[in-house]
Order: sequence, then C-alpha cells, then structure tokens
Amino acid sequence: MSKDDFILKAEGLHKSYRMGATDVRVLKGVNLNIKKGEFVAIIGASGSGKSTLLHILGALDKPTSGVVTFEKRDLSRFRAGELNRFRNRMVGFVFQFYHLLDELSVLENVFLPAMTDKSIISWFACRRQAKNRAKELLAQMGLAERIKHKPYQLSGGERQRVAIGRALMNEPRLLLADEPTGNLDSATGNGILDVLEKLNRAGQTIVMVTHDERIAQRAGRTVTLADGKIEHKNSNNL
Amino acid sequence: MYKIILATRYLLKRRITYFAVLAVALCVFIVVVVMTVMAGLVNEFKEKNHSFAGDCVVGTESLVGFAYYEDFVKLIEQQDFVEAVSPAIKSFALKRRRGSEQDDVVEIMGIDPVRHSQATGFGDTLYYHKDDVSGTFEIASDANLAGCVLGDFMLLQDTNSRYLSETSLPRIPYSISCFPLTARGALAQAGTDMVNTKTFYFSDQSSTGLPRVDGSIIYLPFEEAQLLCGMAGSTKRASRLHIRFKPDGKIEAGCEKVRSLWQKFRQDKAGEIQAYSLDTVTVQSWKQYRRASIAPMENEQTEMSVMFGFVGITTVFIVLVVFYMIISHKSKDIGILKSIGVSNINIIELFSEYAFMVGILGSGFGLLAGWVFLLKINPIEDWLFEHFGFQLWDRTIYAIGDIPNQVEFKILAIIVVSAIAACLAGALIPSLQAARQKPVETLQVGQL
Repeated sequence: MSKDDFILKAEGLHKSYRMGATDVRVLKGVNLNIKKGEFVAIIGASGSGKSTLLHILGALDKPTSGVVTFEKRDLSRFRAGELNRFRNRMVGFVFQFYHLLDELSVLENVFLPAMTDKSIISWFACRRQAKNRAKELLAQMGLAERIKHKPYQLSGGERQRVAIGRALMNEPRLLLADEPTGNLDSATGNGILDVLEKLNRAGQTIVMVTHDERIAQRAGRTVTLADGKIEHKNSNNL
Repeated sequence: MYKIILATRYLLKRRITYFAVLAVALCVFIVVVVMTVMAGLVNEFKEKNHSFAGDCVVGTESLVGFAYYEDFVKLIEQQDFVEAVSPAIKSFALKRRRGSEQDDVVEIMGIDPVRHSQATGFGDTLYYHKDDVSGTFEIASDANLAGCVLGDFMLLQDTNSRYLSETSLPRIPYSISCFPLTARGALAQAGTDMVNTKTFYFSDQSSTGLPRVDGSIIYLPFEEAQLLCGMAGSTKRASRLHIRFKPDGKIEAGCEKVRSLWQKFRQDKAGEIQAYSLDTVTVQSWKQYRRASIAPMENEQTEMSVMFGFVGITTVFIVLVVFYMIISHKSKDIGILKSIGVSNINIIELFSEYAFMVGILGSGFGLLAGWVFLLKINPIEDWLFEHFGFQLWDRTIYAIGDIPNQVEFKILAIIVVSAIAACLAGALIPSLQAARQKPVETLQVGQL
C-alpha cells in the first residue's frame, strides 16, 4: 500500500476535558489511517471516546495534542474559513439522532449544505442544479415521494436516510457516521447499513462509529477503541 | 439564502416570536401616537408664536419705548427683503368694565390694524373683522367712539361667553388708565392728574391660540395708545417694530440684515437728544422674542423623547429575553449548521436577520395601528366627550382645536429605524452566544 492512498491520518491524538478539578482523558494517543474508498468501523464501549475521535476527524472538535491530516494537509493549520469549507465540502456527517432541521422540508434539508456557502445571487444561479441533485439523492434513498414532508412526518429510518442524503449533497470525500443505526430497530438499521455499503461499493470512503459488533462487521475494517487507545484492528471479509 | 429561509421559518413557527413582534408593535404604536401629537402641539404652538410676532422684532422691554422709530421704519421699508413693518406700543394699564367696581391689570398693545395684519397674523385672529381689518377699532353706531380688541380669554372672563353675537354686538365700554412716562422714565404728568384715562368700546376679539396672550392683552388704536402712554410728544416713541420678510428669504438671514441696519441707524442717531432710548433696543427673530414661551414646550418635548428612549430600551430587553429563549431552544440547529460548514459570522447574521424581521414586522404593525389611531383620534375624542364628557385636553385651558394628527415622515423613519436597531441590539448578545456554541456540545445526546 502506497502512503499516498491514505485520505485521513490521525497520529498521536490526545483529548482531555476539564471536569471540575480533574482532567478526564478521553483519547490517549490514537493513531489511525483511513484509505480512500475504505469502510472503517470504530467500535468501542460507551464512553470509550469513539464519538470524540469521529468529531476530531471531521474537524468538529480539536485534539488536545496530535495531528490529523486530510489528504496530506494538517487540519490544525486550517484557518476558520478553511475549516468551514472542509466541513461543508470534504466531509459529510450522519448522526445517531439524524439532526435534521424541523423548520425545513425533506428536500430543503438535503440541499442545505449546497446553500450555505453561496450568496443569494450565486444560489439563484445554481439552485435548479442543486435541487435536482437533492431529488436524485432522495430518489436513491427511496424518498422521492417524501420531498415536501417535514422531518417530524417521517419514520426514524426515513429521517436517517434524509440525513445521509444531506451528508452526500456536496459529494464529500469522507462520510462520517456516528452510530447511524443506534436509534433504529434492527430491520431499519440494516436498511441504513445497506445504503452505506452501497455507497462504499460506489467508492465512498466511510468511517462509522458503533458499539455493536454485528453492525461493525458490515464494514470492511474494524478498529476497536478501548480506554482511549486503539486496541485492535481487524479486516473484515466482506 | 438559507439564512433568510431559516429566519422566516423561525419567525412563522415559533409562537414566542409573536410576543416579540407584539412588544415592538406596542412600543412603536405608543411612540408614534405620542410623538406625533406632541410634535404637532409644539409645531402648532411655535407657528402661533410666529404668527403673533411676525418674522423679526426690533424693540425694547422698557416701558418708555424708543425714539426715532419712524425713521427706522422708513429705512426698513426701503429694503427689498422686507414685506411689511408694524410699529407697536406696549405697556401696562388698568382696565375697568363700566358698571364693575374691579380694576384689572392688563397689557395694552397699540397697533395700526392694517399694518399689523401685514406684518403679523393679527388679522386672522379677529372674530368680526377678519376680512376687513381696517375697521377693527371702529364702532358702527358712532364713528367718534374708539374701539378696542380683547383677547378671547379676557372676554370670556368678562362676559362668561366665548363668542358674542355678530348681529347684535353689544356696546361694552372699558375705561383704560395708564401712567404716561417721559423718555427718561419719569411720570409725565405730576400732581393729581398723573393718570391718563380713556374709554374704549369693545369692537372685536382676538384669538391667537396663545392663552397667556389672549388672557392678558387688550389691543388699542396705535395713536390712542401712544397718547395714553405719553409716547406721543414732539419726538414720538414706540415700544417695538414687528417685521415680516419676503417669503423667499430666510428669517435668520433677514434678522442679521436688520441687525446691521440697526447698528448703523444707532450710530447715525448718536448725536440726537433721545439717542439714549436706543440703547436698550434689541433685534430678535420671532423665536428669540418668544423664547420664554417656547422653551418650556421644547423642554417638555425633549423630556418626552428621553422618556420614550426608555421605552426603546425596554424593547431591547424584551427582544433580548425572547431571543435568549429562542436561541437556547435552537442550540441543536446551531450545531447542525456548524457541522455542515456554517461559520460563526453566518450564525450571527442568521439571528440578526431574524431580529431584523421581528423589527420590520413589529414596527410595521405598530406604524399601521398608530396611523389608523391618529386618523381617528379626533372622532374618538369627540365620541368620548359626547358619551362620557372626557377630553384629552380641556379646551378652556389649552388653546387647541383638533388634536394634531399630522404624521411626519421624518419622525416615522426615526421610530422605525430605532425599533429595528433596538431589535438588532436585543438579539446581539444571544446571537454572539449562539455563535460561540461548540457543535460537539450542542449535538451530544445529553443535549437533546
């Protein structure tokens, strides 16, 4: 494997929080490499620091020490505007609780990332294209009939598929999923995992956090996080 | 674009926003109504003072008046910026209505009604001679009798009637007594006959709309007043000159020209016998001349503006509280937006646009309600008076007709801009707080 194949590298990541008088060390020197087109599951018990790691990888949080490089660029050197563009263009987040905006329709939720970096004029210039892309994504997710609905009118599985659509809107290089099936029943969760597998087969790089080993088995590689450290790495045979 | 969409949706979906809009609307409504009425009253009051004094007044507060006024009148009348000049006598006298045992102290003002109507708004204040001021002091039944014009408040006190019948104008005699003074201020007539007294007959009433003027002034023919006050000697004297400028000229510039002319006139008259009487003469614009009357009203307006400044501050706090509540409920949305790359500044802009909409809607509703209320304020007051005997302003005390309801667009613009600024100021701290929120904290399971 060539060194250049890594889309994301984490080296010596430490993260600690101050809770009252004590420092809580969540990550204690995590090293992790993600190759382009990989589907990696990070598994760990509740409180093991897997969500914290995911947030740091997606630049939603900063490590106390250590380096995260995305396509050879050190995220800690990014300015605020570059970080915003990184979150908007390079990564897509899928959360356990979907995190859709209740005031917007399903379609608006999906094309929201395409709007955020555009002025009114430039948005009017490309809105048709963006709406078509959002409709395409929703059709792929089996939600073509639900575009005008509000999130609260959808089931949990449907909401999560909308969230995946939103994460994919700007064609990110990396999809980060934090317990994407954690709030769903097993059948619906499997449906979501099918979607992620399909995306991965199409070339999408995915990092997924879960506490469930059976779900982790659906990924190409599993990484176990325990006590703030990577404990075990395993290639799953898909 | 998403900021406008989200701000609009927040506005429509969050009921608590309606309270913010209502609070802004109520504040704007109150301020529009009170400031419009107050500004109307002040402007009306100023206009009445302007009408009473003319554009410029050259005169002295001394009861002996000043000499050589006729020469200065001739000089002024030759100026191309001057429309009209009216000399006037001002003094104090005792007034007694025939049949009454009571003497009242009044201010007498000797004028030529035609000239005075050209230089001031005197003609328009008359009740019977508005259309033909030349006969103001004439008594129809006897051309030898001298007439006098009473302020309508004075007439009300004398006759308990606001207006007398024009067809049967009663012959009401008043004896007016003055102490004639020399140019040096000494009593002009020594001994027992030191008071000049003459009988005048009521010939008209004047209503300037200035209660103090209408309650204390009695107008007499100029020459008669000059005789009564001892100013009609070989060197005649007058108390002041009322000047009206041509309509296209600015009043302050006109007053400045009159000041220059007066300075030169004084120098020219320096060697004359009664030149000392010119020392106390001042040239004032109508605003300076009526400053003592106008200043309290302007102070009242300033106090009202300050009070309503506090209303504005209250609006800021209402909006702050409402936005604080809204933003604390929207922390998840802020986390979501940040996770898709929205910057801190965009978060501030989003909530500022939201506040702007609250300001626009609130001030829009407030303006509309205020405008409709002002349109109907007089019918509403009439209805209240008819049914409950209630009047906002007692017309026997306040010399106003209708309640002023002319909306000034400048005031409206200031109120709207202030309301929007108050909303933006109120939303600023919560918006900054929202922008500082960390997405990982707001999106945590425990935050849901």
